Order: sequence, then structure tokens, then C-alpha cells
Amino acid sequence: MSMTLSTSDTAFQARSLFRSLLRLSSQFAAYNFREYARRRTIDSFRENSLKNLGEREIQDEMARGLKELRMMKRQTVVSQFYQLDRLVVEGGKTGKQTGGEGGIVRQTSE
Amino acid sequence: MANSTTTAMRQISRLSPKLLSSSSSVLRGSSRFLAPTTCVANRATQRCYVSESKPDKAQVNVDTAIKADQQAFTAQTGMLPDEVKMPGTEMSADVMMSPAAGILKQATVMDEGTRPIYLDMQATTPTDPRVLDAMLPFFTGLYGNPHSRTHAYGWETEKATEQAREHVANLIGADPKEIIFTSGATESNNMSIKGVARFFGRSGKKKHIVTTQTEHKCVLDSCRHLQEEGFEVTYLPVQNNGLVDLKELEAAIRKDTAIVSIMTVNNEIGVIQPMEEIGKICRAKKTFFHTDGAQAVGKIPINVDAWNVDLMSISAHKIYGPKGIGACYVRRRPRVRIDPIISGGGQERGLRSGTLAPPLVVGFGEACRIAKEEMPYDSKRIQKLADRLLKGLLSLEHTSQNGDPERFYPGCVNVSFAYVEGESLLMALKDIALSSGSACTSASLEPSYVLRALGSSDESAHSSIRFGIGRFTTESEIDYVLKAVKERVTFLRELSPLWELVQEGIALDSIEWSQH
Repeated sequence: MSMTLSTSDTAFQARSLFRSLLRLSSQFAAYNFREYARRRTIDSFRENSLKNLGEREIQDEMARGLKELRMMKRQTVVSQFYQLDRLVVEGGKTGKQTGGEGGIVRQTSE
Repeated sequence: MANSTTTAMRQISRLSPKLLSSSSSVLRGSSRFLAPTTCVANRATQRCYVSESKPDKAQVNVDTAIKADQQAFTAQTGMLPDEVKMPGTEMSADVMMSPAAGILKQATVMDEGTRPIYLDMQATTPTDPRVLDAMLPFFTGLYGNPHSRTHAYGWETEKATEQAREHVANLIGADPKEIIFTSGATESNNMSIKGVARFFGRSGKKKHIVTTQTEHKCVLDSCRHLQEEGFEVTYLPVQNNGLVDLKELEAAIRKDTAIVSIMTVNNEIGVIQPMEEIGKICRAKKTFFHTDGAQAVGKIPINVDAWNVDLMSISAHKIYGPKGIGACYVRRRPRVRIDPIISGGGQERGLRSGTLAPPLVVGFGEACRIAKEEMPYDSKRIQKLADRLLKGLLSLEHTSQNGDPERFYPGCVNVSFAYVEGESLLMALKDIALSSGSACTSASLEPSYVLRALGSSDESAHSSIRFGIGRFTTESEIDYVLKAVKERVTFLRELSPLWELVQEGIALDSIEWSQH
């Protein structure tokens, strides 16, 4: 998190937390939540890395991150239970051919 | 005769129980020739077990049952528009939205998702997973009534609701005791306007209300209701940019004005009214000042003391909280007296009786806490996305933004596309969830009264669309919207004969339309 970490141990912990948060963020079923969780994680870690945080503040931020991690663990599971169809923006690049029959291709998105 | 058949039957069944079903059918076939009484006797003695009743055979496999349930659920939720039949009609949703799609049913579709992008954040917002996470315990284990004082179940939920009240109060700079939980902003608006007017109108001294023409329907309707009760209401006009003229407001307030109600952020055009100045005027004129803050709370910084607001309506589902809950800020010093609409057990300082819903209240509180914490981050991001969207939309020819271009909340972008019907553009943009105005009036094809109040013409009001940007909107969604809008606006304009005339340089006002 901070560039001037007192011990390499907290740096390791922070990096590990960052990776776990990112891993979990990709597990949200809903596109918007998935993107938000990823973006928010990256942005807050970047923001904190620029700040000159003290020992105590780093601990607070880590505790906050762990709380978020636990929340995400629960909520990704909940979101996977109630999965809906994908959004129109999610298609396109990974476009898979769907639809029953017919040779005409209708492309609603790129 | 009857006895002989039954004994024969018994004997056969004793000898070969497995053959019973087939033999009985044989017997029944033969008994057709017998008297009807024998038939009855025959059936009474017929006894057979379909399968043995062992304990392990009586069990349902839980795993397969759950799996089947899940499959049924996903089959239903992932329903494509062409599979949904619109209630009341024989048409599918696909055909309702676009007739061409109904014809192309057989075509192969090359995209994965079919759910539209959500860009209607003024109507409602998705529930934040963090909010849901705070709510879930209160839906499962912590089910006590927060007003129960005699047991732990009540204490724990009361503690949670009081904490939520604190979060709400923190967000608007109020004291927790000044927050009254209601069912939503509509109820809060009704409670404030009717409550204050009725309380002070009783003595017959204060019989006047001031509001604006661009208010939400629930405020306007409450005022109309009070008019029938003998109150006088002044509906202030707004300027072309949607802002209230402060001089006109000052002139409209009379000695007998009970309450002034002006919304902070408009739900259709997003303009932010000069609250501080209005608050000062109201304080100087000694009238109560109510504001509908449903679209403003959690999105712009608010301080009720700095604004001199006496009453404020707040809604949870506009700030990523649950639907079905809201709050009303009621000032204590100087005290605002209200005649409550709902009377009963005296909860919420007696202003709104009825048991609180702890899951919703906790979700609301959490949503407020997150909104306060994330406001700098969210507003920076929403500003960035709105700039991108607005720049892209205004780069199209003959488009204009509605409302003040400086004083507006960036999460609400209202743009008019000239020579295009707003409703037909909405239909063409069925892959984007948008609306032309307030959700309450979107069912009617009437032009928005808010835009009419701004002085825009019928055509311009008809061709406007509102884009709502929120916390969970992404850049790729904005890009998709820009591309789709550009394509379809051009397409619809090509169809329009008016557009042809405009391209030829003929002013539409100069045409004399013949009457048929």
C-alpha cells in the first residue's frame, strides 16, 4: 500500500489482500458490480499507495480491506445464486452464436 | 353372487399379490355384466400398494430437488423478450418493443447478452451488495421488533435502527433525533406538506402554500389536495434554465404562508436550486421550508443547518439502498409542528406510527454511510462519465441539453433530439433502459410537464430523453450508449419527412400545414 512501509511483512500482506480482493471481484455475477468492485479495489489501493500512511493508518486500512473481503465472499455467492442474463455490453468481443436456426446473422451489437 | 366374486378375489390376491392389478382388471371386465351393487363391493375390497414403504424410499433427494429448482429459476429469470408474453395482449415482449424483431425470430443472434444497460438512475438504483450484506442478518436471525423493550430480540434491532438513524443524520448534517423513518420520499412529502399546512391551518391564520411548477407529482398532488381543503397554493414558474427566480419567490411569500416547498435536485432535468438563498428568504419571512431531497441526498453535499431547511424528504432506493423506505428530516430547534397523517402506537416521536422495518432501516443506514464515505470518489467518477456522455450527445447536430448547463447534478443528463420522437427513440433503444422523464408519468405519452414549465415547445419536450448515471455505470456502457444513440437518431431522422425539409433549409415555422 504505502511506498514507505516499515516492514516487508505488511507489504506482502497488502499485496496478498489486493490479489484476493481482485480475485473475488471477478466472481460477481452482475456485470456492473463486477466492474465496480475491480475498479474500486484498484483505485483505493492506488490512492493509499500515494499517501504517506503511518503504521496505525495502514493497519486500519488493512482491517477495512479484510472487512470488504469478507463481505465480497458472501455477496459473490449470493449473486451467483440469482444469476440473470448478461448485459448487451458484455457480448460482442466474446460473441457466441446463439439462437436456434436460420442462416441470417443479426448482430445487435458489435 | 356378490359374495362369490369377493371371495374369489381374495383368494387370488392371497395366492399371487403381484398379479393383483392385472387379475382385478380381468375381474372388473367380467363384472361389467353383473349388477351395479357388485361393482361397489368389488372396489371396496380392492387394496394395493404401489410400492413398498421402506424409509429410504420415502426420502426426497435434496440435492436434485434444489438443482431442479435452480434450473427452473434460471430458466425463468433469463427469459428472452420473445419468450415473455405481455399481459393483456397476445403479443410477445419482443414484438411489442419492435415489430421487426418479431419477424426476425428465426435469425441467428451473434451476441451473448440480451439484458439492457441500466441508465435510469433517477427512477431507482441497483441495491449495493454492501447494503444487501448489512440487511441479510435482519432478514434471517435478527427478527425482533425494535419497539419491544422487554427482550433481547427487541434490543438488538433497536440498537441497529438507532445506528442507522445516526448514519442518515450524519449524511445531511442533522441530529439523529430529527430523522423520522417513513415508507419513502412520497410519504415524507405528503407528511411534511399536509402535516404542516393542516397544523397551522387549523387556527385559520396560515392558509397559503408556495411551491414550483417543476416539483415532483407527489408534491403537486398534495398541494392540489390541500386546495380542496381550502388552502391557497402558489405554483411558482421557473426560468428557462429550470431555476427558481428568487425575487419572484420573495414576492410570492405572504404573511399567511405556512410552508414553502422547493425540491433540491430536479428528477427530470437535474438542476440544483439555490437552496441556501431560498432558505435565507424563508427564515427571514418566518415560514417553514420543505425540500424534496430524494434526488440530492448522498449525491451532493448537504447540510440542513447551512441551508436553513426545516423539513427534508429522503429516499433510500435512490442512493443504492432498498426500496420501501425513506426518511423525513423534521427540525427540532426551532421546532416544526406537524399534524401526523398516520396515527397509532406513537413510534417515531408520534409523527409516523407503525413498526419500523429493521432490515430496510439498516439497509438505508448502510446506504447513507457508504454514500457519505464514497461521495468524493463517486462524484468525481460520475462527473467524468457525464462529461463524456454529454460531449458525445451534443456533438450530434440539432441536440440540446435541457436545464441549466452549469448548475445541474451530472448524474442526470436530459437531452432533446430535435426531429425525433422521444418515445420512438426509446423504443429503438430497447437495449438501453432509459426514460423520457419521471417513472410516474412514463406510461402516458403526454410531454413532460417539467420541460413545459421550462418553456420548451411541445416538440422539444416530446423529443427529450433522460440519461441517469450512477455508481455502477461503466465507461464501456457510456460508449455503447453513444454509439447506439448516434446510429438510431440518424436512422429515425432519415425516416422523418420533417428532417428532409430541415436539410433542405426550410424553416418548419414557415410552413402552413393544410387541414384535412
